[in-house]
Amino acid sequence: MTPKKENKLLRFLNSKKVVPYVFVFPFILSFTILTLYPTIQAVIMSFQRILPGNVEFIGLQNYSRIFNDTFYKALANSTIYMILTVLILISIPILLAILLDSKLVRFKTLFRSALFIPALTSIIVAGVIFRLVFSESENAIANQIIGFLGFEPVQWQFTAWSGMFLMVMMASWRWMGVNVLYFLAGLQNIPKELYESADIDGANMYQKFRHVTLPFLKPIIIFVTTISIIGGFRVFEESYVIWQGNSPGNIGLTLVGLLYQQGIQQNDMGFGAAIGVILLLIIFIVSIIYLLLTGAFKRGDE
Amino acid sequence: MNKKMLSVISALLLFSVFFLAACSGGSEDSAPANADDVKTAGEDIEDATELSFWTFAGTHATFYANAADRWNKENPDKAIKLTVENYPFDQMHNNLLMALQSGSGAPDIADIELAKFPNFLKGDVQLEPLNDLIEPELDSFMEERINIYAKDGKYYGAPTHLGASVVYYNTEIMDEAGVDIDSIKTWDDYVEAGKKVVEKTGKPMTTIADNWYGIWPYVAQKGSDFFNENGKLTLDNEKNIETLEFINDLVNKHKIAELAPGGQYHTEEFYGFMNDGGQASLVIPMYYMKDFTTYMPDLEGKIQIRPMPKWSDSDYQSVTMGGTGTAVTSQSEHVELAKEFLYFAKLSKEGNIQLWKELGFDPPRWDVWEDPAMREDNVYYQYFHDDIFDVLLSVKDNVAGIQLSEYTPDVLTEIDSNIMHKVLREKSQTPEEALKQSADTVRQKIGDQN
Repeated sequence: MTPKKENKLLRFLNSKKVVPYVFVFPFILSFTILTLYPTIQAVIMSFQRILPGNVEFIGLQNYSRIFNDTFYKALANSTIYMILTVLILISIPILLAILLDSKLVRFKTLFRSALFIPALTSIIVAGVIFRLVFSESENAIANQIIGFLGFEPVQWQFTAWSGMFLMVMMASWRWMGVNVLYFLAGLQNIPKELYESADIDGANMYQKFRHVTLPFLKPIIIFVTTISIIGGFRVFEESYVIWQGNSPGNIGLTLVGLLYQQGIQQNDMGFGAAIGVILLLIIFIVSIIYLLLTGAFKRGDE
Repeated sequence: MNKKMLSVISALLLFSVFFLAACSGGSEDSAPANADDVKTAGEDIEDATELSFWTFAGTHATFYANAADRWNKENPDKAIKLTVENYPFDQMHNNLLMALQSGSGAPDIADIELAKFPNFLKGDVQLEPLNDLIEPELDSFMEERINIYAKDGKYYGAPTHLGASVVYYNTEIMDEAGVDIDSIKTWDDYVEAGKKVVEKTGKPMTTIADNWYGIWPYVAQKGSDFFNENGKLTLDNEKNIETLEFINDLVNKHKIAELAPGGQYHTEEFYGFMNDGGQASLVIPMYYMKDFTTYMPDLEGKIQIRPMPKWSDSDYQSVTMGGTGTAVTSQSEHVELAKEFLYFAKLSKEGNIQLWKELGFDPPRWDVWEDPAMREDNVYYQYFHDDIFDVLLSVKDNVAGIQLSEYTPDVLTEIDSNIMHKVLREKSQTPEEALKQSADTVRQKIGDQN
């Protein structure tokens, strides 16, 4: 009796109509519990005032409070950070990947690991080291270096441009290796014959890069750019480990930082949720525009 | 070749991991990454009631574990098994907020820092009032400190120290400048002395923190505050503007003060700067003695504690600042026992004496200040001088309290990120402009919520 039953079950699970659902089920389940439910809950919370034992709907009040100077400052910081990290974390990793893929470089494995190690380092540790390297004292490493080059010491953590520089620098240091790996993987997929025929046609280095390498890397570039845009808007740790929440003049305040400050540090969850919803919309719109512009939604044969 | 390469790489990897680990251990002493810093007391006692405790300071954790051992000796019939978990500052407060908000997961007892405390007094307060313990002995406490953790006549927090603000003078520098520190009675004297110090030694008289330590003690000592007793915002009142102008003058007009290296008084940069004899004096509460003995060993014997100079228009000599209120949460299953233990550990006379002996904190109960047990030699008497409690007794009746409101965290955020930066560092706003602008920001929030 039993084996027959099992067979039935197995046959059901193996049927062509069912099997796709079986395979995607774990994803659907985790997505529902870990993403969809919290998102819906956050949207509901954004219309509430939430105090212990005392939750009430207050309509759009949270949203009406959002748009002030502090929010615009956070939005501007996050946007600038996003643009800078996208520019740096796309261009440099491509060049590094090509370099590491070429025959010019020895000890490739060493360089690959060296580049990748920062991604494995705890951000807290990295933050402590960055704070010490870029501390305002004249004896701090960064100030000694620029002093050697003839510049005045800089109060790195206290002026707007250097604050942004620190955040971008930290992000670049952290994610460079990961992006290099993406591009290295992309480069492996380019057939060597194409370079050979380009050589026969007398193409120079730049032409090979422009007409062979780049087109093949395009899907990877789109992918990396998209996650960099999302990551850029979501920036939080870089700012948090440098300033521990409150940056002077809000030079390091980011959207997620503002969400954290208002929602959690100051126990105003409803308002925090509203900032989160706005952030979600911003990321959604910017990503869609980018993907539309690069034609990522088109089918390959179009 | 390949094998060799591999070993070189793994050696490099290992080295970097150890190097980074060592770095993190050194500078994050008081903030462990996880709650792996757990201390327990009374584990071996059968039938002991289990109590959990959250804190954010390793020193506090040891203090409570010791207190639990003493409790178990004195109360064998009501023995407790206390588990003290030590989390990083922000993480602990966030976890506690979430646990109280969501109705489960909170410990029986928790340390809550002063600037975070108002967050826990919103809505239906999820902490237990301690009135039945405090009220009978209210006369023995410095009320200014007890009131900080109160709302609507209910006391929710047991104070860890009085936190009387004082001036720590570096006598070596003051002597070099030829200034007698006992001649500094008013802030005007302080400015004059500062000019001499700068002229003779080239070192600043003091440094000003970018955060609220750079303004709140001065404002409160002048008899003002950011909120009045009715909870109305007074951030931009006349006295506060005057005070910030005074502080701004110290830095940008008289040039006798600089901005604190690292922005505040609890950074590696600042400890190093101070330890090297970087400034002649520092205005900060008594609890900072612990920082001196821990991080500034070179100054041993050179630091003299004196009351803050007075304002001409106010009689306050000191201000209670900083600090931690310890609270029993409503989620506790043993509220009464937790409260009794808390009283034993921090509110009783014996507990207050231990606060001084173990942590170097000025006890919030003034009736122990003259107790012989307080005069026993310890690391603080060796480091500073033996008149620490004489200073406290001399200012006892002139200590200003502070007013907390549920919007205090908003004001402090404005001070930390806008006011001090724009006035002192960037010099892009006058004290009046900065205070008015920030007050408007906070008022907008208050208005929206009421």
